[in-house]
Amino acid sequence: MMTNPTGRLTQGQFSFLPALTDAEIAMQIDYGLKKGYAWSIEYTDDPHPRNTFWEMFGMPMFDLSDAAGVIMEMQACRKAFPQHYIRLMAFDSTRGVESVAMSFIVNRPADEPGFMLLRQEVDGRSMRYTTRGYGTEKPETKRY
Amino acid sequence: MSDYSIPGVRAQTPAPVAAADTTDAKAVVLGQARSVGEVLAQSQVEDVLAELDRDLVGLAPVKARIRDIAALLVIDKLRTNLGLVSEAPSLHMNFVGNPGTGKTTVAMRMAQILHRLGYVRKGHLVAVTRDDLVGQYIGHTAPKTREVLKKAMGGVLFIDEAYYLYRPENERDYGQEAIEILLQVMENQRDDLVVILAGYKDRMDTFFQSNPGMSSRIAHHLDFPDYAVDELMQIGQKMLAQQNYVLEPDAEAVFHRYLGLRVQQPHFANARSVRNALDRARLRQASRLFADRDRQLSADDLRTLAAQDIASSRVFQQTPA
Repeated sequence: MMTNPTGRLTQGQFSFLPALTDAEIAMQIDYGLKKGYAWSIEYTDDPHPRNTFWEMFGMPMFDLSDAAGVIMEMQACRKAFPQHYIRLMAFDSTRGVESVAMSFIVNRPADEPGFMLLRQEVDGRSMRYTTRGYGTEKPETKRY
Repeated sequence: MSDYSIPGVRAQTPAPVAAADTTDAKAVVLGQARSVGEVLAQSQVEDVLAELDRDLVGLAPVKARIRDIAALLVIDKLRTNLGLVSEAPSLHMNFVGNPGTGKTTVAMRMAQILHRLGYVRKGHLVAVTRDDLVGQYIGHTAPKTREVLKKAMGGVLFIDEAYYLYRPENERDYGQEAIEILLQVMENQRDDLVVILAGYKDRMDTFFQSNPGMSSRIAHHLDFPDYAVDELMQIGQKMLAQQNYVLEPDAEAVFHRYLGLRVQQPHFANARSVRNALDRARLRQASRLFADRDRQLSADDLRTLAAQDIASSRVFQQTPA
């Protein structure tokens, strides 16, 4: 299949690798904390690449010193949304940077059908292309 | 992994992270220690204990208890090294004592000791009171408590005046909610953080009576005794030395007499009262020097507290001589 060669969503860091274990996730979090980033958790059931606004799970976590706090929150999010995409994001507040420095998916639905390529003929021989997630046909919260 | 696999193909499980990778080099060496001396040498706990002895005046029972706890932790470390599995010790503590007896200071040292022995990963101390844990409206408490807990993970959470969490007179008080979340984390995430409660003895006793769950999860109860006048004197001298002040020989006697009187007065807060008294003495010294505009002041003048700086305290006036 061209549109879904790996059978899973590839967004953010580490998405071409096998899923990280919790211990590996904790090491990534510790790395970010050492750099002074603030971690936050987001989830969604619409994985379209242009959907940049995922829902926040709780507040961003400032002033943490250890990965255990983020892991605790991540477990709570997994429990609440077992079939959603969940990602961890590290915000770098350095003046002039002020943006997300790390982001990776830590939870995904069991089955990821991927995206459909839609073609539309317009203006004679021209074609327009768009993608659409197979998983997003149903209304929100009923997907996957 | 030797061969490349397509991500998402779940047949191949990722290689487990070896335990040694997650810990630093020091912990690996600690893992090979076979004698108490080795553990002590590698973890540098001895230094913290010596510092505790040196910097903190009095508090003999507390110091003895901390030595006991440190000894248990060292022996436990040796047992684990030889593969004798024992349950991770419960390290939550309760510090009771009057104000100014050094509960917060000792908690900070405790965090260092636990960190050096590898029982907490980061060794920082997060000091909170009821306000930081309990919210103002329904649904506010849980996120607030969890946020504090997350900050304290990997270190020590110090809850000052913990008995305020439970207010029996108001059954809709949100404190109970905070206690329940605390209990849950104290039980389930024992490796991630150590909770130290602190407060006055009688009120903490009532608190534990009404929260048996809390009482049973705390293994160590440390009693902080009040200081004797001589100990307070030593504390005062340490404080002054830190701030580059000295007491005149006459002033020392006056200060000793001052402490003897102050101890009997209400609202005596041990070391904190000593600090306040010294701060006021500094004020009086400053105005004494200020009054004499034309005098050339030497370094000695500036750092010496005279007897009259202390003798003009209210404490002496209130008590008929």
